[in-house]
Amino acid sequence: MSVLVYVEATDGKFKKPSFEAITYGAKVAAMLNVEIHALCIGEVSDDELKSLGNYGANKIWFVKDERLKNFDPLVYAKVITQVESQTNSDVLVLIQNFNGKAIAPILSARLKAGLISGAVDLPLMSGDSFTVKKNVFSGKAIANYEMHSAKKIIALTSNSIAPVATENKATVQEIKIELTDADFKLKVKEVVKASCKISLADAEIVVSAGRGMKGPENWGMIEEMANILGAATACSRPVADINWRPHGEHVGQTGLTVRPNLYIAIGISGAIQHLAGVNGSKVMVVINKDAEAPFFKAADYGIVGDVFEVVPKLNEAFKKFKSGN
Amino acid sequence: MKILVCISKTPDTTTKISFVDGNTKFNYEKVQLIINPYDEWYALVRALELKEKGLAAQVSVINVGLADSDAIIRKALAIGGDDAVRVNAEPTDAFFVADQIAQYAINEKYDAVFLGKETIDYNGSQVGGMVAGIMDVPFISLASKFELNGNVATAERDISGGKETIEVTAPFVISCSKGMAEARIPNMRGIMAARTKPIKVIEPNATEKLTSVKNYELPIEKAGCKMIAADNVEELVRLLHEEAKVI
Ligand SMILES: Cc1cc2nc3c(=O)[nH]c(=O)nc-3n(C[C@H](O)[C@H](O)[C@H](O)COP(=O)(O)OP(=O)(O)OC[C@H]3O[C@@H](n4cnc5c(N)ncnc54)[C@H](O)[C@@H]3O)c2cc1C
Ligand SMILES: Nc1ncnc2c1ncn2[C@@H]1O[C@H](COP(=O)(O)O)[C@@H](O)[C@H]1O
Repeated sequence: MSVLVYVEATDGKFKKPSFEAITYGAKVAAMLNVEIHALCIGEVSDDELKSLGNYGANKIWFVKDERLKNFDPLVYAKVITQVESQTNSDVLVLIQNFNGKAIAPILSARLKAGLISGAVDLPLMSGDSFTVKKNVFSGKAIANYEMHSAKKIIALTSNSIAPVATENKATVQEIKIELTDADFKLKVKEVVKASCKISLADAEIVVSAGRGMKGPENWGMIEEMANILGAATACSRPVADINWRPHGEHVGQTGLTVRPNLYIAIGISGAIQHLAGVNGSKVMVVINKDAEAPFFKAADYGIVGDVFEVVPKLNEAFKKFKSGN
Repeated sequence: MKILVCISKTPDTTTKISFVDGNTKFNYEKVQLIINPYDEWYALVRALELKEKGLAAQVSVINVGLADSDAIIRKALAIGGDDAVRVNAEPTDAFFVADQIAQYAINEKYDAVFLGKETIDYNGSQVGGMVAGIMDVPFISLASKFELNGNVATAERDISGGKETIEVTAPFVISCSKGMAEARIPNMRGIMAARTKPIKVIEPNATEKLTSVKNYELPIEKAGCKMIAADNVEELVRLLHEEAKVI
């Protein structure tokens, strides 16, 4: 038995969600008293791979195959099931990001393994019972899922667990996978890398603005705040719909779900559909000129005021704080 | 091309969430059920647009659910679906639903299965990938654009770190997110026509239960919002650093 964690590197580097997933896997492995393996597909340096050991991975496997450069969830699932069988893994951990959402359910169907997508906490185990928590009803409730299958897959929501560094005793090794050209049915024509420096889905701080900004020309101060804080920018749906901001920034029920440590909402009313995508944030700050705006009910800190007065002042204060640090 | 569109029913987005039977069941009382927005706005409408352009011959709708799904199925037919099938079972978990859909798609020789990217109640994002896994056909996940040229599909999809355009030959499964199409409201003619369109009811295949919900919890209520004066933004910075420890 073992735990297998599938991680991805971006431009050859692992980011925080990977370390979170390894930490999560290590804790599950400790509960089960088994080893934890990590798997990475693609071109990553030995040192970078070894860094996964800092978070508890015992064995780190990598798969190299030119044809895997492009992401095809069916093929990736095939690779992972082969590694799963070679490492005799019973629990698989993935990250609930765009790629994880595509791969995990295929693995589940292939392995007849129960899948919890978007887990927010470690599993609870007692006797035969294995339960995992996840958010449901767009964050308005939490469900405890019981997993009945022998093999189990957990796709972890980012920012659910803090990476914990441990002593590194990991070994790094290539693993051979059998793939035929017929496995590759999906052709990639064009890739457009996300333009923002910090990916919204994984950002620890998100600065978000709504219709209260009056027009796209006023977003300079929002971008400035994001720059100072090292944050990603987001927006409400109407703002994306009228093309003030790119669609990729739209958060909420019909957009992206984010779960940062800090969400700053500027000139957003806090409609339930907006909250659905952001109410998993640890701390929420709301700036709105209307003291009755529903967002204040969900917020931790609030300022009633005009964004055009408050935001520039706040940016100065953040700047001062950052330079003093 | 024959397209199968999967629709699920879900509580209206403004529903107040509560549970019954010792927090083991969702409280459906006074809850309005709608077609899951991704299924209706994006998967169904895009499939219909393809049919209107003469690129698809048939657009069928499938739902796994009991008779209380008939209202949403009728609505999907009113929007323009040709026919519908309901697998007569309470959906227990995503794999159960996926298995029913995949078997039906295989038996009835559908070329493409369209789904929403996720349901807004259980937020699974699971059924689509599972259907692809069971059918062993390519999975176009989280697509925001979709074009068809004969049997060859071109789609834009989200991947970790960006967007990409891919090409794939039918059969395939596609999960639809925002951008695919614009929502439509059924018109009177559609509503009238839907009354006579067939809804076939079939019994489910036996499928193993992989997961189940043990119970639900409501999130811990926030302590309340701490208000800070607009001319004292330094105080907010201090609180975020010292109290909330997020900067
Ligand atoms: C099925 C469905 C799905 C939806 N999905 C989403 C979704 O995913 N995401 C989403 O965001 N919305 C979604 N919506 C829309 C949602 O209901 C709201 O309409 C939307 O979130 C409102 O956006 P807003 O807060 O930017 O704009 P508004 O509601 O117009 O609010 C603007 C706010 O700015 C404040 N303001 C104005 N001027 C200033 C100023 N100078 N200084 C300070 N404050 C100011 C106002 O007091 C107000 O509170 C959905 C709706 C439906 C029906
Ligand atoms: N009971 C159901 N009947 C038919 N289709 C469903 C059902 N449940 C989910 N789906 C489809 O699968 C998609 C993803 O659902 P989920 O994996 O539950 O988030 C939905 O958007 C629907 O298109």
